[in-house]
Amino acid sequence: MSYEAPEIDNIEDYLRQHETKDMLRFITCGSVDDGKSTLIGRLLHDSKVIFEDQLAAITKDSTRHGTTGEAVDLALLVDGLQSEREQGITIDVAYRFFATDHRKYIIADTPGHEQYTRNMATGASTAQVAILLIDARYGVQVQTRRHSFICSLLGIRHFIIAINKMDLVEYSQARYDEIREEYASFVAALNVPDVRYVPMSALTGDNVVHASTNMPWFQGEPLLTLLDHMPVQRDAKLDTLRLPVQYVNRPNLDFRGYCGTLAAGVVKPGMPVRALPSGKTSTVKAIVTWEGEQAEALAGQAITLTLNDEIDISRGDMLVAADDAVTLGHAFMAHVVWMHDQPLQTGKTYDFKLGTTFTSGQVTEIVHQIDVNTLAQHAAEDLPLNGIALCRVQLTRAVAFDPYDACKATGSLIVVDRLSNVTVGAGMVVSEAEPVKGGKSLPPVTAESRARRLGQQAARLVVSGPDQQLLAGQLERVLFAAGALPVVVGGDEDVLAERLQAAGLLVIQPGEADGARRLQILCGARDIALSSLEAENGAAAETVLAALREHHILG
Amino acid sequence: MTHLQELEAESIHIIREVAAEFDNPVMLYSIGKDSSVMLHLARKAFAPGKPPFPLLHVDTTWKFREMIAFRNRMAKEAGMELLVHTNQDGVAANINPFDHGSAKYTDIMKTQALKQALDLYGFDAAFGGARRDEEKSRAKERVYSFRDRFHRWDPKNQRPELWNLYNGRINKGESIRVFPLSNWTELDIWQYIYLQNIEIVPLYYADERPVVERDGMLIMVDDERLPLAEGEQPMQQSVRFRTLGCYPLTGAVPSTAKTLPEIIQEMLVARTSERSGRAIDHDESGSMEKKKREGYF
Repeated sequence: MSYEAPEIDNIEDYLRQHETKDMLRFITCGSVDDGKSTLIGRLLHDSKVIFEDQLAAITKDSTRHGTTGEAVDLALLVDGLQSEREQGITIDVAYRFFATDHRKYIIADTPGHEQYTRNMATGASTAQVAILLIDARYGVQVQTRRHSFICSLLGIRHFIIAINKMDLVEYSQARYDEIREEYASFVAALNVPDVRYVPMSALTGDNVVHASTNMPWFQGEPLLTLLDHMPVQRDAKLDTLRLPVQYVNRPNLDFRGYCGTLAAGVVKPGMPVRALPSGKTSTVKAIVTWEGEQAEALAGQAITLTLNDEIDISRGDMLVAADDAVTLGHAFMAHVVWMHDQPLQTGKTYDFKLGTTFTSGQVTEIVHQIDVNTLAQHAAEDLPLNGIALCRVQLTRAVAFDPYDACKATGSLIVVDRLSNVTVGAGMVVSEAEPVKGGKSLPPVTAESRARRLGQQAARLVVSGPDQQLLAGQLERVLFAAGALPVVVGGDEDVLAERLQAAGLLVIQPGEADGARRLQILCGARDIALSSLEAENGAAAETVLAALREHHILG
Repeated sequence: MTHLQELEAESIHIIREVAAEFDNPVMLYSIGKDSSVMLHLARKAFAPGKPPFPLLHVDTTWKFREMIAFRNRMAKEAGMELLVHTNQDGVAANINPFDHGSAKYTDIMKTQALKQALDLYGFDAAFGGARRDEEKSRAKERVYSFRDRFHRWDPKNQRPELWNLYNGRINKGESIRVFPLSNWTELDIWQYIYLQNIEIVPLYYADERPVVERDGMLIMVDDERLPLAEGEQPMQQSVRFRTLGCYPLTGAVPSTAKTLPEIIQEMLVARTSERSGRAIDHDESGSMEKKKREGYF
């Protein structure tokens, strides 16, 4: 393997070989002190993506900002913004690119400071592999645990533990083994099936691109060789069709195509499909592309489908296999990472983007917050910036979803503030919503919350006079038709009437049978009397409805 | 999927997302190779229909003549509306790269002109062909890059961007710059052009062209407006361009590469990055970041 400037005998052969490369996205975790920027600088430098003019620019900058004295500070290659250089820290995730003969790489370069959990989650969201740097002198640190947890939470299943600065511990195998054991016992608790270890020095280049001659005891491969050859799980575990409809393409009256990126599964012409949430079914007519019709499409491809039947499908719907049981619901449990200075408030209305659809909703319960350093769970009233919690999310519209672990594309969401439009959080669906537990973190249900939910003030309507039973029934029908939630109870069921009123209902109860036809409305402290109601029940019920609206008992 | 198929799918997803979520999107078309790839991807995204947005070219009046001819032909072939905007105040003041310097000229004829056009048509989203591997400040820019109502980018206050869940929510007057080619590298672009047989401006291929040498750069004498020093004679030389912009500011490289594989081969052994052919980035380290804060693409 050579990372020298390519010797190209036959350019067309070279191009053919490079066309078949795949792509791997990884995240690097570690603080400035762990040598993360130096590592990335070295990968870029040793794989020859640094051009002479860029090298000249950093050589100039090394004397101004560098920390390496005379030598070129490779870390300066990856320090982006002027404001960051001045502060000497990285504040935002940056994306870097390089390629070998085997793969094209995208590096999500994220800052390691505690307050930037937000950026780490952002970088990890699209990564398949995480490289976690550990300073050989200090071993597994609190931040190592934090980074590992966030990466596993965001669904990264391949970790490379780069035990760096081996040059500063005399390339000691004992030290390497010690750190490796310590980390292995910690990572066992996380859902990471593939963990590999490399002792290296980013500064000297040992075991980065080239195998180290200083550590003959290490039988494994250098970092870049590992990256080049590790098999990576890139598709969703889920193997049945998920196509979130992104765009309905109607260039003319004869064509109606459903565009989207296939989140999971395979689709072929003739396949029976079902649209969610409507549940309507049809079969796939064709997979239409610029190049012509395609025999099948796989997960990850951006496609356009036509169907054999005209069924109503729009953006935000999901096409699934017709016989597949897909979860469709208003509520789910999700891990939420909070990304804004203003804490997440339960009960506040936010917009949630899942797949291709924006839906308003709220976090109705914070089940527990997770301490990213110790993984301990504790109760929380709200969720601060960089906090992570298991939450119950309630949406105003039913959506189709999967657990994030099974399918990232249909199990991920972002939370957007409705006033500022800023992305304030991100979530990963864990499961369908569990029944609400009466936990301490859940706000009590108050008369106000019931009134909001039902759109009515709880009240007791006592009907008196001739035909009181008939009028009560008529009144129930008229109020129900008007969108209210009324219920009739017996004249002697006072306890039940009080309970139902406390639950927010409009309780209709017959009163005295003698005297004029009249009605008494008891709503909180208010006591409203309607005397001399019409003799005809329909007219009388309309009068009562009007009175309830006039007094804002009904909206 | 190969890396190019994956990049293609990602870009098409982004382009469709914008068409679905915004009221009035536009595609900035700069006529260069990246724009050619972006336009190709847009046409693929909406096949068998046409992309549901117009093309916008900010014309400084100093583009290579071959670029303008190519632009008109490609818009026609794609069946898309082509909007051309020039800063008329700049034309009236005779702003040019020779008398006013590249920084001032670029600001007035490119940045200000772009902002004028976006305001004039009220676009709420504008696609650009920039890539993250081009320059340091771009490496940190989002795919959906939020701009306030003055078109300013605030690098310290960017929206988090996770998975492919882009947040296009804006208030009136604000806009999003969208970069569907964010994750492509220069080599990816060339390989894709080669594989998909995408047409590019002939200036990318080597040919005998009249050039003069200025400050170490080979400048093509594209028309009679280029002032020649006394005794300065354009020489015919086999050259090509690695990037295309305004001809007085774009350096040619000596080359005999007449085919795409030859261009790619030349690129693979090249030792200078492509933006070094553009005079505007040379001004100072961090100049792109500054320009972007002011509304440059």
